[in-house]
Amino acid sequence: MTAVRHETDDADIGDLHEVVDPVPGAGAPHLPRQMDLVQLLTPEGERLEHPDYPLDVSDEELRGCYRDMALVRRWDGEATALQRQGELGIWASLLGQEAAQLGAGRALRDGDTAFPTYREHGVAWARGVDPLHVMSLFRGVDNGGWDPVALGFNLYTVVIGAQTLHATGYAMGVQRDGAESAVLAFLGDGATSQGEVNEAMVFAASFSAPVVFFCQNNQYAISVPLERQSRVPLYRRAAGFGFPGVRVDGNDVLAVLAVTRAALQAAREGQGPTFIEAFTYRMGAHTTSDDPTRYRLAAEVEEWKLRDPIARLMAYLSRSGLADAAFFAGVEAEADALAARIRSGTIGMPDPRPTAMFDAVYAEQTPPLAAQRAEFEAYQASFEGGERS
Amino acid sequence: MTQTAGALRQFRLPDVGEGLTEAELLQWLVAVGDTVAVNQPLCEVETAKAAVELPSPHAGRVVELLVDAGATVDVGTPIITIDTGEAPSEPAGTGLIGETTATGRTAVLVGYGPRTTEARRRPRRTAETGSAPLLATAPDARTKPVRHGGLEVGRQAEAAAVRADAASSTAVAPGRRGPRPLAKPPVRRYAKDCGVDLATVSGTGAGGVITRADVDAARAAAVPVAVPPAPSAGEQRIPVTGVRKHTAAAMVASAFTAPHVTEFLTVDVTRTMKLRRRLAERPELAGVPVSPLLFVAKAVLLAIGRHPMINSSWDEAAQEIVVHGRVDLGIAAATPRGLVVPNIRDAGRLTLPELAGALAELTTTARAGRTAPEAMTGGTFTITNVGVFGVDTGTPILNPGEAAILAFGAVRERPWVHKGKVRPRQVTTLALSFDHRIVDGELGSRFLADVGAVLQDPGSALLC
Repeated sequence: MTAVRHETDDADIGDLHEVVDPVPGAGAPHLPRQMDLVQLLTPEGERLEHPDYPLDVSDEELRGCYRDMALVRRWDGEATALQRQGELGIWASLLGQEAAQLGAGRALRDGDTAFPTYREHGVAWARGVDPLHVMSLFRGVDNGGWDPVALGFNLYTVVIGAQTLHATGYAMGVQRDGAESAVLAFLGDGATSQGEVNEAMVFAASFSAPVVFFCQNNQYAISVPLERQSRVPLYRRAAGFGFPGVRVDGNDVLAVLAVTRAALQAAREGQGPTFIEAFTYRMGAHTTSDDPTRYRLAAEVEEWKLRDPIARLMAYLSRSGLADAAFFAGVEAEADALAARIRSGTIGMPDPRPTAMFDAVYAEQTPPLAAQRAEFEAYQASFEGGERS
Repeated sequence: MTQTAGALRQFRLPDVGEGLTEAELLQWLVAVGDTVAVNQPLCEVETAKAAVELPSPHAGRVVELLVDAGATVDVGTPIITIDTGEAPSEPAGTGLIGETTATGRTAVLVGYGPRTTEARRRPRRTAETGSAPLLATAPDARTKPVRHGGLEVGRQAEAAAVRADAASSTAVAPGRRGPRPLAKPPVRRYAKDCGVDLATVSGTGAGGVITRADVDAARAAAVPVAVPPAPSAGEQRIPVTGVRKHTAAAMVASAFTAPHVTEFLTVDVTRTMKLRRRLAERPELAGVPVSPLLFVAKAVLLAIGRHPMINSSWDEAAQEIVVHGRVDLGIAAATPRGLVVPNIRDAGRLTLPELAGALAELTTTARAGRTAPEAMTGGTFTITNVGVFGVDTGTPILNPGEAAILAFGAVRERPWVHKGKVRPRQVTTLALSFDHRIVDGELGSRFLADVGAVLQDPGSALLC
């Protein structure tokens, strides 16, 4: 079946599916035609070359990619379990998106700045954020414990798409400073429907800001499949804003690394923004509050398991002799230790002082805020066993 | 390792979904005596949002399961005791998850916490009168505990509503529908899938909420009721070899008893045929033939919903019109032994996949000549699919005792005016015969037009 509109018929709802990709059943995503997709490592672990994206990567870096992805996946699994045990308020799993996040995170250089959503645990890891600083946010103990300036990794943004405006504005500042660094803005497929994302892209294009929009298309905006949101593949939207768009296999860490590196370098050199669509799949629920079996098919999940980002790199490393069983066992042991540290560290987090919420509203306390704080402290002190100010 | 009392750890039901207050424990995945590892799934619970597995927070041996499968449990309730074989490393009273501290605050879990803290609000300092009260009226401890904010208020409002419902439902006259039955969305869905009307189910959950187990019980109870057909007086049990004879008698009786009127409607069913192709790929309909007849049957059921008088009988002896409470949908089937009209019991309650399955089963059974006699009696409305023989339409004769019958002709590509232009469209003709003693021309026409409208634009079924 071709993607041709029926000339004789009207726009039945189901016909929308036929505009993008043929979709049998309830919207099973199909990998796009190979020519649209940058891929350097096939799901079977075969290394490919791409004329536009040669990849210069050492054996040590390849093993590092594997280690990062394996450790982050373990962190993610432990966090999901801790939420189910009542130790976290919620968790947004990155399962299946490790390659997209580590590939993008490792493409960043010192001096670059990333603006994450609330799911960028892999990028956080690549930037050197302590996992416990992410866990404290999801436990509700603080607003995220890391130093965004020192690490070049902004705090998580839960408002969908808002960080693309922050990133673009920041990039315009970088431009005015004359700094040779780039900004990486993360967003999901659902965010592309947000007004501010489109505004950010208009500004980025108009000012040729050194920002790269990195969209992890994990196929679902919570429960809404992509074909309900966009009649064209997302990367083609960039053409309308006037900058390049490229679609990369988001489960291929090497391709993501190569494409993101190239886009960031172009931004640093003053060539303006790029839109990267990392074509991937959210293997888990949107968050721990979500039940994905209500809106997608098990067959679709099974299909994507065959494109697992970690398994394909493991196959490549093993087959090419770049890593042996001892290496994989070492990573496994490291993952166990990381999980244990995350578990004990999370459970052991002290409750914050009730007044801590006043601390970081502004850099300097304002008189109204100081008054509110005093009032709140007095109220707290009115209870037996409460804090006395 | 020495076992001490301190080695016993309880796991309290956490809030797994941002503000949930309870969950139903679907099943245990471990038994007493099992050794469990950290993060090993212990049980499956279903909340109003999702069914999820709870992983064990402790490694050790299962000592006791504190909650039975099927029970609905408040968040914060201990559900399992695990012997970890070691004394707790944390000193007591420092806010172990699930334990109540000296301040009366239960350190459960991040999130909204269990309702057990409801009565544990910290008392105000009595002696302190130094400053003016911060709130004009002191919050009532019973309705607004400090830790719970609006959630507890909402919970109490809900509880009040449940009590009010319970009180009013007792006053409702029998037969009239009471307030909407209480059940969580997954349970509503489950009941719908099982064909169980929640209005007929009594809930055993807290506040009369209907649980999955209640639906199962209602379903089990309903099965024997649904199977035996209502025996009608004077009914003849016809040997299968007598189909022809029976048909002749029935048709003569019908044609000379009920004054027949037949109306025709030609409909563009292109959209229905497209919908059929799409639905045929749905997993819910996998392995089931998705025939055009299925959509006609669905359209008829929807139209009967709007015009219940079509689904009725003439009772000559009592001089009454019997409007049936349910639709037993007869499907005229040509079999090697002749015409039989088996029917689908209570077809109006079936989902589309269930209806497709019932249709497939009915035709297979009929063609094999195995239709049980009771499946051929007591129908309330019949569809005859003459189109499968390639003819456009006919004037069907009523199945005796029924008020109407619909003939479904062949679907053909014909030149048709569509959006102002002549286009090749898929078109069929419907013929409705009805008993003019019961059904007037207006009702028959409206009914037929409604069936046609759904087939012309299946999306309009959503309006029903």
